[in-house]
Amino acid sequence: MRRFLSLALLCCLLLGFTLTAQAQTEAATSPPNDTAALALLDALDVDSYRDKGEAITAILQSDDERARDWLQALLDGRLQRADDGQFVVVLDNSGREWPVADALTNEPLGEMSRRDLNRVGINNALRNQLRSAIAVVDLYSPNLERRRTSAARLLGEVDSELVEPINELILEEDDSQVRTRLSQAVAIYHAEQGEMAGVEALTGSLHPRARVALSRAANGDDPVVADAARAALVSVEQNLKINRGIETLYFGLSLGSVLVLAAIGLAITFGVMGVINMAHGELMMLGAYTTWMMQQLLPGQPGLALVLSIPAGFLVAALVGVAIERSVIQFLKGRPLETLLATFGISLILQQLVRTGISPLNRTVITPEWMSGSLVINDALSLTINRMVVLAFALVVFAGLMLIMRRTRLGLEVRAVTQNRAMARSMGIRATRVDILTFALGSGVAGLAGVALSQLTNVGPNLGQNYIIDSFMVVVFGGVGNLWGTLVAGLSLGVINQVLEPWAGAVLAKIIVLVFIILFIQKRPRGLFPQKGRAAEG
Amino acid sequence: MAIQHHHVLSRRFITSVLAAAVMGASAQAIAQSADQSDDPIKVGILHSLSGTMAISETVLKDTVEMLIEQQNDAGGLLGRQLEAVVVDPASNWPLFAERARELLAQEEVDVIFGNWTSVSRKAVLPVVEELNGLLFYPVQYEGEESSGNVFYTGAAPNQQAIPAVEYLINEVGIERFALIGTDYVYPRTTNRILEAFLKDEHGIEQEDIMVNYTPFGHSDWQNIVSEIRRFGEEGKPTAVISTINGDANVPFYTELSNQGIDAADIPVIAFSVGEQELTGIDTGPLVGHLAAWNYFMSVDSDDNYDFIDAWIDYTGDEEAVTNDPMEAHYIGFNMWAEAVRKAGTTDVDSVKDAIIGVTVPNLSGGYAAMMPNHHITKPVLIGEIQDNGQFDIVWQTPSTVAGDAWSDYLPGSRDLIADWRKPMECGNFNVVNGSCGGSTAAEEAEAALAE
Repeated sequence: MRRFLSLALLCCLLLGFTLTAQAQTEAATSPPNDTAALALLDALDVDSYRDKGEAITAILQSDDERARDWLQALLDGRLQRADDGQFVVVLDNSGREWPVADALTNEPLGEMSRRDLNRVGINNALRNQLRSAIAVVDLYSPNLERRRTSAARLLGEVDSELVEPINELILEEDDSQVRTRLSQAVAIYHAEQGEMAGVEALTGSLHPRARVALSRAANGDDPVVADAARAALVSVEQNLKINRGIETLYFGLSLGSVLVLAAIGLAITFGVMGVINMAHGELMMLGAYTTWMMQQLLPGQPGLALVLSIPAGFLVAALVGVAIERSVIQFLKGRPLETLLATFGISLILQQLVRTGISPLNRTVITPEWMSGSLVINDALSLTINRMVVLAFALVVFAGLMLIMRRTRLGLEVRAVTQNRAMARSMGIRATRVDILTFALGSGVAGLAGVALSQLTNVGPNLGQNYIIDSFMVVVFGGVGNLWGTLVAGLSLGVINQVLEPWAGAVLAKIIVLVFIILFIQKRPRGLFPQKGRAAEG
Repeated sequence: MAIQHHHVLSRRFITSVLAAAVMGASAQAIAQSADQSDDPIKVGILHSLSGTMAISETVLKDTVEMLIEQQNDAGGLLGRQLEAVVVDPASNWPLFAERARELLAQEEVDVIFGNWTSVSRKAVLPVVEELNGLLFYPVQYEGEESSGNVFYTGAAPNQQAIPAVEYLINEVGIERFALIGTDYVYPRTTNRILEAFLKDEHGIEQEDIMVNYTPFGHSDWQNIVSEIRRFGEEGKPTAVISTINGDANVPFYTELSNQGIDAADIPVIAFSVGEQELTGIDTGPLVGHLAAWNYFMSVDSDDNYDFIDAWIDYTGDEEAVTNDPMEAHYIGFNMWAEAVRKAGTTDVDSVKDAIIGVTVPNLSGGYAAMMPNHHITKPVLIGEIQDNGQFDIVWQTPSTVAGDAWSDYLPGSRDLIADWRKPMECGNFNVVNGSCGGSTAAEEAEAALAE
């Protein structure tokens, strides 16, 4: 690929390929060389991927100003051929009818059925070739974003023929980010050649390509350079270790936030009210399905649907929770074993309802654009955004619950009823109403957890089952009846799990955590933060 | 408690089996004439309709029911109608054995189509051997097994895993492999074979192979994906070979795309992800990741288009997808029907003899033949995931490959062959010392269930 890249770049330079200016000129007037252009595209529509690769090189070498657009469309799978042989670029490929534009003239052609269009297919090798080709063209682009992407791609791809042109570009470049990347790219080349300048320039760089270049230099012939490279590697490794530690901590907190979300509703129904609700997981599942439903109702706006799912998921789960409380749980007050069995039955019923009513198959919940990808901190550390959002969401939900329990009339009544039911009633608190509201609150929070989980895992009938054990584990470990305990227990279990995972493996890590909890509960049966006061003694 | 339960049940079944055996002689005598009667031929379907495997297995139940309906519309078999007997083993491995016993001893079905996971197949093995049933198993599996009563219509490792790795090495130039799988018998055996194959045949160093197992339904992939990313940053082209099963795939792929791992950097080739599994995923970020199968819905052949049309009509769902295990059932069902026609009876022993060598069309425009080792011939296809949830076929073997029950790359296994023709009739004949190992179904089932 490196060979191809430099060849292409040289071509551009030798031909005086001034794409910078040309890319901006709209191909409004029909260019004279349409036959030639059509032939270029025609060459793409072959079965052999090798021939397609040559066709791509031909397009790059032709100084057609539409080349970049074609290559980009080909890379995105938007370059298609209509049944009548016309090449079109698909502008939007959602739904059955797609708006298209003529690939040669750029004129919009209205909508075409996806049945009448045939995509020009590519494979991974071609995808790589296209990205490199586009990177070369973009190096001269007036668009800053494109130049940045292009420069980042050149790391580790530079060879002797490319060094000079890139050095020239560095002098002309205004943007410091592009300049740094390009200098790094050149330095990697020098380091791989065993030159001291390269090794020095790369010291402290965390980019994996730089590390590869340094380790090659460390095994080179020149002992001075090799020593310098080794020293540079040591400092890089040190730095990487710190980054890895931060990463593991983040992973742990993120797993912990999922545990907290799953458990916090249970901390209300089980912890505060003392109801063993085995259908808690299914309430989460309902929250997740609500998200899916909202996305079906608002096609094309997954972000808005997700935001609206937060109140909707809460409501749906809360209403189902109230139904369960009124129809079953209220009659089983003080009989934990029967409650456990009855709610377990309800959980099976809910699962099967979803299975027969919707589908036994998982549903696709789309992650909105603003929640995908990761936040790049440095070359060795980037944090995934969806997890960050869920972590923040968990903290907000927790804070909200704390506020309700501590600062509102309802919270006061709940605490009064759970501590001494008879006394609370004699003080004029309607205990039944409080029961309903508390259970609705706990169930609604389970629904919120489901909305968040829909962004991380499968939305299917089994979603709840996978989390119910973990939820009970967190509540019991944190101390029944204590919301802070749930938060601390969830987050610390998450971190412990993620710290163990790299060296013990996922299976063993899970077992170790379980054994740890069993031992802990043996020693301190009432968890991390036991509820104080006489009410909890029984 | 489960074991006790099992004993009570099996005692009852043993009684009925004994009763059947007493009547055996006379029943055998009138079997020929009984076949002529109007009693329907019973086809057992042993697929989970609830629990974790329901996502994959429910469609296979529907497929067999559709094939039965088609066969009945075409006049049935031997002038008799077919009747489906559906049971639900509920993704519970010991329950598979109980349900298989129910099908064979109580319902007296003539053939069973069923199972997905290897552990469920291992659980069923002793039952079908004891009661002399016929089982058609439609899923790609780890090999190292050949039972006289089971027909393996899915791929053996040499029909999926080995060609896929060859493709990665020869066509993509991969030098470093991460073997990531769910923690059970299929991934562990497949990865053992692949490790041996990579080291012995391609000289790949131990440090260039990473192996990782996760529990069923694993949903937190942050650490593992980040480990894969670091593994791929050492300067050599890297690929992931995934034997991750079922639900766990969705969060795995989501994490991959969120951590910015692109198919062009580190391609993932999966052996358990098909069109069905992709219906639960937004495939936009997955474009270019690979899967190795013997059939894709995107295969361009008339038989395939007919099958897809029939499936869409049968399910009434415009968006319904077809996949590889469905094709395996299609082939298996037609092979069984052809063998019954050839034998002129549904009698198990006659069908077992008649089916070896039977050749029926597959859905990719070729033919599948039943080999003496109870495996079939299949083409191997490599597909890249597209943004519409389909696979674009980027490579395929020039001809079909015959399934190999015993891997050539594992010590001990490479000396074994399976041949169920007379006079050998052995699933694990050792060519070095010239003896037949005999059935180990009971021990294997026990070992698989103990895990």
